[in-house]
Amino acid sequence: MINENNIVFQVRNLTKVYQMGDVEVHALRGADLELYTGELIVLLGPSGSGKSTLLNILGGLDTATSGFVSYRGKDLTRASEQELTEYRRFHVGFVFQFYNLIPSLTARENVAVVTEIARNPMSPEAALAMVGLSDRLDHFPAQLSGGEQQRVAIARAISKNPEVLLCDEPTGALDSQTGIVVLEALERVNRELGTATAIITHNVDIAGMADRIIHLSNGRISEVAVNNSRKSPRDIQW
Amino acid sequence: MKSLDRKLWRDVWHMKGQVFAITLVVVSGVATFIMFITTMHSLDYTRSSFYRDYNFADVFVNLKRAPESLKEKIKEVSGVKDVETRVSAHVKLDISGFAEPVTGRIISIPDDGRPLLNRLYIRQGRIPDPDKDNEVVIAETFAEAHGFALGDQFAAVINGKWKKLIICGIALSPEFVLVMRQYAMSPDFKRYGILWMNRKAIGKAYNMDGAFNDVALTLYPGVKVTEVLNNLDNIVGKYGGYGAYARKDQISHRLLNEEFNMLKTSSRIFPTIFICVAAFLLNVVMSRTINTQREQIAALKAFGYDNFVIGIHYAKLVVLIIAAGLMIGIGSGIWLGKILGGIYMEVYRFPALTFILEPWVIIAAVVISIVSALAGTLHSLWRAAGQPPAEAMRPEPPAKFKVTLIEKTGIGRWLTQPTRIIVRNIERKPIRTFLSILGIAVACATMISSGFFKDSVDYMVNVQFVLSQKEDIAVAFTDPTSYKALYEIKRMEGVHHAESFRTVPVKLKYGLNSYKTVINGLEQENLLHPLVDTNLNQVIMPKEGIILNDYLGEILGIKAGDFVTVETLEGARTIRQVPVVALTKLYLGVMAYMDMQALNRLMKEGDAVSGIYLTADSRKQEKLYGAFVNMPRVSGTIVRNNEIRNFYDVQAKGMLFFTFIATIMACSISIGVVYNNARIALSERSRELSSLRVLGYTRGEISYILLGELAIITLAAIPLGFIIGYWLCAYIAQALASDLFRVPLVIEMKTLALAAAVVLTAASLSGLIVRHKLDHLDLVEVLKTRE
Ligand SMILES: Nc1ncnc2c1ncn2[C@@H]1O[C@H](COP(=O)(O)OP(=O)(O)OP(=O)(O)O)[C@@H](O)[C@H]1O
Ligand SMILES: [Mg+2]
Repeated sequence: MINENNIVFQVRNLTKVYQMGDVEVHALRGADLELYTGELIVLLGPSGSGKSTLLNILGGLDTATSGFVSYRGKDLTRASEQELTEYRRFHVGFVFQFYNLIPSLTARENVAVVTEIARNPMSPEAALAMVGLSDRLDHFPAQLSGGEQQRVAIARAISKNPEVLLCDEPTGALDSQTGIVVLEALERVNRELGTATAIITHNVDIAGMADRIIHLSNGRISEVAVNNSRKSPRDIQW
Repeated sequence: MKSLDRKLWRDVWHMKGQVFAITLVVVSGVATFIMFITTMHSLDYTRSSFYRDYNFADVFVNLKRAPESLKEKIKEVSGVKDVETRVSAHVKLDISGFAEPVTGRIISIPDDGRPLLNRLYIRQGRIPDPDKDNEVVIAETFAEAHGFALGDQFAAVINGKWKKLIICGIALSPEFVLVMRQYAMSPDFKRYGILWMNRKAIGKAYNMDGAFNDVALTLYPGVKVTEVLNNLDNIVGKYGGYGAYARKDQISHRLLNEEFNMLKTSSRIFPTIFICVAAFLLNVVMSRTINTQREQIAALKAFGYDNFVIGIHYAKLVVLIIAAGLMIGIGSGIWLGKILGGIYMEVYRFPALTFILEPWVIIAAVVISIVSALAGTLHSLWRAAGQPPAEAMRPEPPAKFKVTLIEKTGIGRWLTQPTRIIVRNIERKPIRTFLSILGIAVACATMISSGFFKDSVDYMVNVQFVLSQKEDIAVAFTDPTSYKALYEIKRMEGVHHAESFRTVPVKLKYGLNSYKTVINGLEQENLLHPLVDTNLNQVIMPKEGIILNDYLGEILGIKAGDFVTVETLEGARTIRQVPVVALTKLYLGVMAYMDMQALNRLMKEGDAVSGIYLTADSRKQEKLYGAFVNMPRVSGTIVRNNEIRNFYDVQAKGMLFFTFIATIMACSISIGVVYNNARIALSERSRELSSLRVLGYTRGEISYILLGELAIITLAAIPLGFIIGYWLCAYIAQALASDLFRVPLVIEMKTLALAAAVVLTAASLSGLIVRHKLDHLDLVEVLKTRE
């Protein structure tokens, strides 16, 4: 299963430096990584280790300072603005760490904003049902709890049936029961569509459902663990 | 795209406070723009069609007396198309129930009742019966001023004989769109009227059977006017011609031109100022509004919306926000234009005002508004969309991380934490702070520029009528009269003091330039009618030589020390070189001044006077008027108080109206800007302020943080607004200077105070609204979502 044709992302010697006045912050210091079709990986690491930065660059939301990232053989570091837009539009489902819902739109409309421009989406209602929000369709973000907002963000990401799913702490605000519902939804998309999925989490237990567990520390990949017995989310406890 | 459109409407609804403020700004800018320009177009069109349809003449000559046969000679002058000879004269009128002196100008109507040129538009009644010698048509303004109806009667002293006249018609003429006495300061519809009578009737009274003393003629297109004027002067010279003049020097036309030029300048300056101010504010406001949507823009980009779609989305938002303002602005601009046109019609008489609304005016207003709003939008959009979404999704960092002044100087230790937040916020966003200050300052300056006009007119009236026209009554003689007349009048009962004056119509020439005006001869001991310059100093009349108004000096291109050629158009008709002693800055008129005796020497006439200025016992004035009506030598009388009243009643009315409108518009712009500034600050910072509340700050403290900053911005804006306002006024004053008058740059304390008061009131009210919103801030809701 692991061969050249199956590589979704290839990351080589990736660095990201934030310039803050005279101070330089090295968020990534040369990360190397591959992600394969249908694979589900979990990214672990202490706060500030560069997880979100890595995911943002993979999702075409940010640019690297140096190094190389390709998506299915296409060089993302050299992609034009238009190519990046197209990439984000048709290939990536992204769950932001801070949700970033549009305050003036309801839950349903927040999902519709994405499905309206996707190629092969599910209906917003179906996507929201998958995260257990069928009875909150017409609520505005301000009328939803933090966890519910997070679930809208997830529904939005999976609704377009993407080829890659990038989730930045998708269960951070959720109790274990709801967390399991959400993870099941992610896993289903991963399983049924072969969507390559990367999940950032601080919850080591979630790592049990991954094919591989990637550890980041201080801007570098410090350890890659292969999990040969992927658990179903239902069997995870936290 | 449906969801995005829904977002659009909800966002507009959510911003309704701001939308209201922006609407105020747009309405004011657009309405003022359209009002001025359509009024200008309408008057321009109305005038030229009246001139064309009623054959307004191109050239006019007055003379003493010439036989009708001279008409053929005039016709032969090359370039002349139609010629009409007339008899005209100034008469004193005696109107029962109105004791003051009234002067009329009688003009003849040809015996067939059909003037070829300067045809009459009969508003009511008919032209005089050819067989009657006592029927007159009178000008509409005169009829209205006295409440005359058809069939009413009044008397005239025609060539010394008292005669009863019956009104048979009320009319307008292209020759008298503005009815005003030559060299008067303002029109006086009550005390000066135009009458039209049968040629036969006047001819008999003035001994002008088969003769004429007034010619009007038209020219073929493309003819050189000056050549015709010279030829005419040669022909009528020996019949006592007073100098032919072209339409541009005809009094009604000339004053109309002045007024139109002023309106034209105003309609260039004011709408430009208003629309630029509106555009600038729209730009700033939009850019800040879009900035508050920064994170949403980034999120849309992250979903794969491209910049174009996002751009269109926000363009729609902008158009929605200003659409209401545009529509109301266009509607009220047209409405106000009609009102302003109507006010002008009270002074300038045309058969009917044709309202002209050129499509480009509306298109220009719409395009300028939308483009300036979009420019502001694009700027912010560009900044938000130009960054990688991951970066734009984070709150905007301060421009530069640096230690601020309060930390450096250590002043911070003495300030409370909220005060430190205010100072730091102002310091960290210097550009934004500056733009906010500038926005309010410009609004304040607009207020000043609209109020300034009234101030400068008041000032001018004061200089003209109070400081340099101290007489109660001015008496004019039909012909230059012996100096003895002065003593006669001094002896009349009730006269306190009297001084004589001499005016001579002349043509001044220097090099290739020439200008027709009058030389005022003033007595050395001049108490009643001093010449006052723009520094309010009395100009001392030199014993020899001539003083020119600096504006006239500019027209002639002459300097002090040069010799000007003076060609007198009365009496002996001398041509002399006279040294220019000084160019003096005066507010009104384009005239020349000489010592009276020097002027008389120039004329080679002994001690002649043209009239008398006098002060008199107020209880005896009515008696004096009566006496003057009965003195054959007196051609007219001007009462100073009436002139001031008239100036405000008649001439200043249009101006005061547009000052009023401009002030209201400037006022709403100020309110719009100040309120908007407060609302945006609130939406930009409600999250930060809620966090502070959650951390234990009181309502008072967070209100202080926001309102304190607004207060500092407002207070800084007012003095800056005064400075910008002063510049604007200086520019307007300079642009409005014309033949008739120079606009003094006078800004009264109360205009400044009003501007400051409007800004402060708007700021206080906005502060109250914002405070109310802050008190009701839903902490949980604000913190739960990111905006
Ligand atoms: N815009 C920025 N400017 C400066 N430094 C930044 C910026 N964004 C992130 N950083 C820094 O880069 C480092 C990596 O940040 P990143 O968000 O990737 O961390 P993370 O691993 O996702 O942490 P967490 O688990 O807390 O979300 C951090 O030290 C952070 O302070
Ligand atoms: Mg993170």
